[in-house]
Amino acid sequence: MYSKKFGRLILGFCTGCSTSVVNGTPTSTRTTVSWTSVCKHHTQFLERRSQMGFAHVRIRSASKTTVDPNEVKRFQLLANKWWNEQGDFAALHSMNDLRVPFIRDNLLNAHGGRRPGKPLAGLRILDVGCGGGLLTEPLGRLGADVLGIDPVADSIGTAEVHAWHDPDLRGNVRYRAITLEELSEKGGQGAGQFDAVVASEVVEHLADLETFTLCCNQVLKPGGSLFITTINKTQLSYALAIVAAEEVLRIVPSGTHDWDKFVSPMELERLLESNGFHVESIRGMLYNPLSGSWSWTESTSINYALHAVKLEEEPNLDEDDPEDPTVIVAQAKARRWYN
Amino acid sequence: MHSLTKTALSFNGIGRRCVALNRFSETRIICRGLTCTAEHENELYDVIISGGGMVGTAMACSLGLDPNLEGKKILLLEAGNKKVMDKVPDAYSTRVSSISPGSATLLSGVGAWDHIMNMRCKPYQKMQMHITRIEEQRVEVWDACSDALITFDKENLQDEMAYIVENNIIVAALTKQLENLSDQVRVQYKSKVVKYTWPKSHQVADAIPWVQVTLANGQTLQTKLLIGADGPNSMVRREAGIPTVKWNYDQSAVVAVLHLSEPTENNVAWQRFLPTGPIAMLPLSDTESSLVWSTSHRHAEELLQLDEESFVDSINTAFWSNENHSELVETAGSLFRTALSVLMPSAGSARQLPPSVAGIGPKSRIMFPLGMGHASEYIRHRVALIGDAAHRVHPLAGQGANLGFGDVACLTQLLSQAAFNGKDLGAMQHLLEYETERQRHNLPMMAAIDLMKRLYSTNAAPMVVLRTFGLQATNTLPAMKAQIMAFASK
Repeated sequence: MYSKKFGRLILGFCTGCSTSVVNGTPTSTRTTVSWTSVCKHHTQFLERRSQMGFAHVRIRSASKTTVDPNEVKRFQLLANKWWNEQGDFAALHSMNDLRVPFIRDNLLNAHGGRRPGKPLAGLRILDVGCGGGLLTEPLGRLGADVLGIDPVADSIGTAEVHAWHDPDLRGNVRYRAITLEELSEKGGQGAGQFDAVVASEVVEHLADLETFTLCCNQVLKPGGSLFITTINKTQLSYALAIVAAEEVLRIVPSGTHDWDKFVSPMELERLLESNGFHVESIRGMLYNPLSGSWSWTESTSINYALHAVKLEEEPNLDEDDPEDPTVIVAQAKARRWYN
Repeated sequence: MHSLTKTALSFNGIGRRCVALNRFSETRIICRGLTCTAEHENELYDVIISGGGMVGTAMACSLGLDPNLEGKKILLLEAGNKKVMDKVPDAYSTRVSSISPGSATLLSGVGAWDHIMNMRCKPYQKMQMHITRIEEQRVEVWDACSDALITFDKENLQDEMAYIVENNIIVAALTKQLENLSDQVRVQYKSKVVKYTWPKSHQVADAIPWVQVTLANGQTLQTKLLIGADGPNSMVRREAGIPTVKWNYDQSAVVAVLHLSEPTENNVAWQRFLPTGPIAMLPLSDTESSLVWSTSHRHAEELLQLDEESFVDSINTAFWSNENHSELVETAGSLFRTALSVLMPSAGSARQLPPSVAGIGPKSRIMFPLGMGHASEYIRHRVALIGDAAHRVHPLAGQGANLGFGDVACLTQLLSQAAFNGKDLGAMQHLLEYETERQRHNLPMMAAIDLMKRLYSTNAAPMVVLRTFGLQATNTLPAMKAQIMAFASK
């Protein structure tokens, strides 16, 4: 496995071809192709930077749906590749080493000790954007009642077939091909139901983060946890997560990520705090392409994981200063929310 | 604006739901089809251990007791009968193992050590290896001979260095412990496996992704992880097509139970390297010891043919005789010893004499061939090898069982961690960690044992002098001896 990773690294530099064919002879034309696309990306990036000043670029549409149809199309093509542990989604498979303990330990802290062998028994978890069920299955094995949702029906199909084989999972892992908004409709099945919502590697693919946050708030029980893992919007993340990961090393299929959709932890924290959440912790994650493994790190410049908790009570409107603009916005939001 | 987008959304949603429904019906059909092929759902185990010897049974106990694996279905398959020992037989059995402190820790962790101590076991504090070369009479007189000695002992004779325990006592103690774990671990005796079917690659959508085990009685079982503990001629290893590096030493081991001439505080293990191979006497009690004599096939057969008296004589000769010393080597050896005693006056322990043998236990002489084997991989997808199935060594260092118990401890810990992370137990990632860790530990040990064996099988004088010096030097360096003992105790 080690030699495979190393081979891919070299191959990525030399030929720029995908992992399927190994013929060992790099050609100069292929090299120029991959560098051209890198240059193209970079010029686009620079253009956008010069255009926007520092205004909030509305890459995301103003529609109230979180789903971006282009993203759906992209993932549909990859639907049957989810469970190949050495394939396109290898980095997501190995990310489980970080995200499962992150979720498990924070939930155990919040909900106290549970029975050994099934530490998350009795907890209901919603996995938003579950894809092929890479994260849903381990959570199910730990005893939780997990519902995985994804707008891409093919992925849900793959996930269902994979989970069906294992009788341990049949009882408590379910999948539905719907979106979060549909699930969270008032009066629908999803309202106020879940102990935890997991949105791992999802928010960088969404059309509208505000709606997403509101829906998460709606489906969570008071005091419930929200777990997000995503990519920061920095120059470093552009260099590593887009250029290096997609173009050069081919760790991730090309075109998977759009740098403009990345969100920084501060912005995400601001968004969550103004929508009824309290952010408990943010931790940086680092991927080592040589070993194919992830590790926790101090810096949140590239990948990070965030844990937030839905506030238990309504915010007390009388105590705040009515002149403060942030308070006005918050009050307006709260009023809209509770009407 | 809200309502408009909402209707648009709902139309989209309905459209998507229709598409989704179609997909669902397809998957439902596939699932229904699969139900027919996988009727025996209750026969799907999380772990099946194939082979109920010392190491296999220890693995079963270890997994059954782990809290993170609670609720998992574990099965132990053993082709033979259940080994029950209501009363410890008076006569010692011939197959014994030297159990290091590390293995003793594992056995006490699974609760079997108490049973063993109650039944029968003998700790020893000291191991003296007397390296004397003796030539058979027909070989030329000038062949070299030297008198080098190395002693391994614990500084404080209160601590035990290792324990000699009969193999069937270990198995009986572990079996007893398994009875307490009957709700966690199922055991099937007299279950011989005739076929293993390996899982196809994940790409094939409707294939069964588990390992299938077919028994002689026609029963088919499925498992997420198959652990092969079926000995040096492992069927699991063979069927998985794992290449094995192995060679037969041209040696067989003769084992017997010896009655000593007089009762003694029998807490020393003796080993002497003869040109034909090492002869070892391991303490069983104050009056009895176990013999492990590795020698050529021919000589081993001859030994088995001898009557009891001649056999006892040959053992005593092997341990005591000091014939045909070469002047050169002896002078060189004693000079070196003097030099060392000047440099390090305090080092080197007092020399003890091995006990002499009076008789042997009834019907206790057997022989078995010796070889070395190492599987090039310990694991495959959903398969792991432990114990002799993965590595087979010469008994001269008494490490075979200990390497196996080390495998058990390592694999249990990794499986426990994997289960706590919600992983599929048969996934390659933690199995690869097991393989790496154990190969890093086992290979140096096996290489050292093999090297020792080859080193002491040669007749050449320079080699004799060299190893004499090497052994004497090691004997006087307490740090190096401590390192060797620490490594072997793990």
